[in-house]
Amino acid sequence: MYFYSYDGSFDGLLTVVFEAFERKAWPTQIGKEGEAPPGIFATHHFVPTQEDKANRVWDGLGKKLSAAARENVYKAFLWEQPGFEMLIFQFVRLVFTSAQQGVEENFTQPCVQKMAAVGKQMFREKHRMEAFVRFQRSQDGLYVAPINPDFNVLPLVVPHFEKRYADQHWLIYDVRRQYGAYYDLEQVHLITLEEAPPSLRKGQLSPDILTAVEPLYQQLWQAYFDHVNIPERKNPKLHLRHLPKRYWKYLTEKKPRIQAHQPIQNKQVPTAVPRLKA
Amino acid sequence: MWLKLLVYQAVVPYLANVFRDLKGIEMQTPLLEKLSILADSAKYDVSCSSSGGKRKNEGKGLGNAEGMGICHSYTEDGRCVSLLKILLTNFCIFDCAYCVSRKSNDVKRAAFTVQEVVDLTINFYRRNYIEGLFLSSGIFKNADYTMERLVRVAKKLRQEHKFNGYIHLKTIPGASEELVKEAGLYADRLSVNIELPTEESLQALAPEKNFKEVLTPMGHIKDQLVLVKEEKKLFKSTPSFAPAGQSTQLIVGATAESDRQILTLADGLYQNFQLKRVYYSGYVPVVTDSRLPIISTPPIIRENRLYQADWLVRLYGFGVNELLDEQNPQLDLQIDPKLAWALRNRHVFPLEINTADYEMILRVPGVGIKSAKKIVSARRFAPLTWEHLRQIGVVLKRAKYFITCGGRSLETREWDEEAIRRKIIFGEKGSRASLWGSQLDLFQQAS
Repeated sequence: MYFYSYDGSFDGLLTVVFEAFERKAWPTQIGKEGEAPPGIFATHHFVPTQEDKANRVWDGLGKKLSAAARENVYKAFLWEQPGFEMLIFQFVRLVFTSAQQGVEENFTQPCVQKMAAVGKQMFREKHRMEAFVRFQRSQDGLYVAPINPDFNVLPLVVPHFEKRYADQHWLIYDVRRQYGAYYDLEQVHLITLEEAPPSLRKGQLSPDILTAVEPLYQQLWQAYFDHVNIPERKNPKLHLRHLPKRYWKYLTEKKPRIQAHQPIQNKQVPTAVPRLKA
Repeated sequence: MWLKLLVYQAVVPYLANVFRDLKGIEMQTPLLEKLSILADSAKYDVSCSSSGGKRKNEGKGLGNAEGMGICHSYTEDGRCVSLLKILLTNFCIFDCAYCVSRKSNDVKRAAFTVQEVVDLTINFYRRNYIEGLFLSSGIFKNADYTMERLVRVAKKLRQEHKFNGYIHLKTIPGASEELVKEAGLYADRLSVNIELPTEESLQALAPEKNFKEVLTPMGHIKDQLVLVKEEKKLFKSTPSFAPAGQSTQLIVGATAESDRQILTLADGLYQNFQLKRVYYSGYVPVVTDSRLPIISTPPIIRENRLYQADWLVRLYGFGVNELLDEQNPQLDLQIDPKLAWALRNRHVFPLEINTADYEMILRVPGVGIKSAKKIVSARRFAPLTWEHLRQIGVVLKRAKYFITCGGRSLETREWDEEAIRRKIIFGEKGSRASLWGSQLDLFQQAS
């Protein structure tokens, strides 16, 4: 039984894979530095991160996998769910020990299935964040969006926002993982706020930070959202499936109304107006 | 400009107030109220697609519209909110029976200025509320006058604001070819609504409209799409024309046409006008009119079945005549059209999943395009088992009656069509549930 620990970085995990292959000592568990080994009989190796070894694993994967399948390995790392390290290890081991090409499509292997499923989960969460980020404009012209995704997808969404909002300063801040991506018109920096304003965590920045027209646009968006709804087709189940409640806190259109919704009336043809013959 | 409008008043006297106030209303109605009115009256246009664009953000402008669309929110009725979908104005000289903005309807009227639409679009876009703009309009004065203003909004967004987000412009029936051409330079998608499945229905419910005025601009768009595609092969610098193509919409359930008529029309539109999508809008009673049916709820299930059939025709290789024929002109509301086809064609099944062609696997109920592709690639490595199929995402509840895996079936006996239908609708222990169901039917007949 071998327990490997690493510093928690992606390169660190890839170094563990390298070491395990070199020692031919397959891990039964991989964990972050400081995590308790699985049992007293496990041999414990701490593996310091070595970029060149990590790169060799990464390049090796590039020769055996499609770009998307290799990207999935990184996505599994950002997935952060229990056992993700061993999943990555099992998948990489399968890739390196399999003679056949296209092993990423071998869905008869449980770890290939699982990797595909994780990739799908991550894609969905990434796509949700691309959709559900709501910027609020601050007085100094910074567009700020607090987020709290299920998985650590911020690094995956950065390229999308970089391409899209190339002419405005923006900050997307993961309030649970306490780091954000800040774009300064030139490039994106990953940052941590020393003192994040409490209103950021609550999802609604306080008025003294915001630019004067910000409440108006939030109100306009709420009114728009209320008026595109067709009450005759009401379908709360479908609504919730697409827009799970845990995201509502950060969605302008699901926050308390700044002004109550007033439906547009007048649906009957009044008798006073002449009607065309059928 | 307003002088011309005054002359028009003489022709349509009861629109006089409308036009005299038009400029005033643009100025006076608060933006919030305008947006409420003009979003409310645009919402019956069901398309909210923002996919298929090819617009990149080059030179640090604002926005992009590449590849996959994004639904930024979902309404309480479960529809995708991707675009700022509004009318420029809901003043209209037409009196289409099904339309909330018909001129004889006593609804609040409003009109945006060009600049207001531009500002709303930019500010919503910068906050990541939307993928772009879907602009339509009631017809004021005439088709070209209206179209010209829609084009002006798009032009301003593209040229003055370097906006690369998605723009969908509604093409007004009867608009001139020149304006349609210009619209395509700025818009990602153009659409002309065919509104109803037959010309007779259109005549009855929208007497000012006819198929010719709809199909002519649709033809112009198609010709231009083909032309630009050809020219692009020769000159890469040829300006794009509506890179996300064109679409149309028709209302289902306001008139008596069968699903077969509707899908045959849609199929013809796909083939002759190279439409990207035909949208089916279940009729929502928004105005009372003796020409319209009285219904309590919109035909949502029928609408859903039509979309399913539409996808089968476009992406699964089915022909309309395979799904519907003279004996069966309506889609089955209880089961999806693929299952209905499979039940009528039991001689094709069971398929052996380890050897069947991809095209046939696509026709198995419970197997989608993604599962079919996964099956074909996974079986190169090892013979597939039922467990593999489950993991791949095949819905075995439906598929198991139509496939074998390694020569074996999950079912120990042959079920007839009725039994399979019952089991799929009511679940495995179906007999009792189905009895209950048939009693419900009796109640419904009695009431």
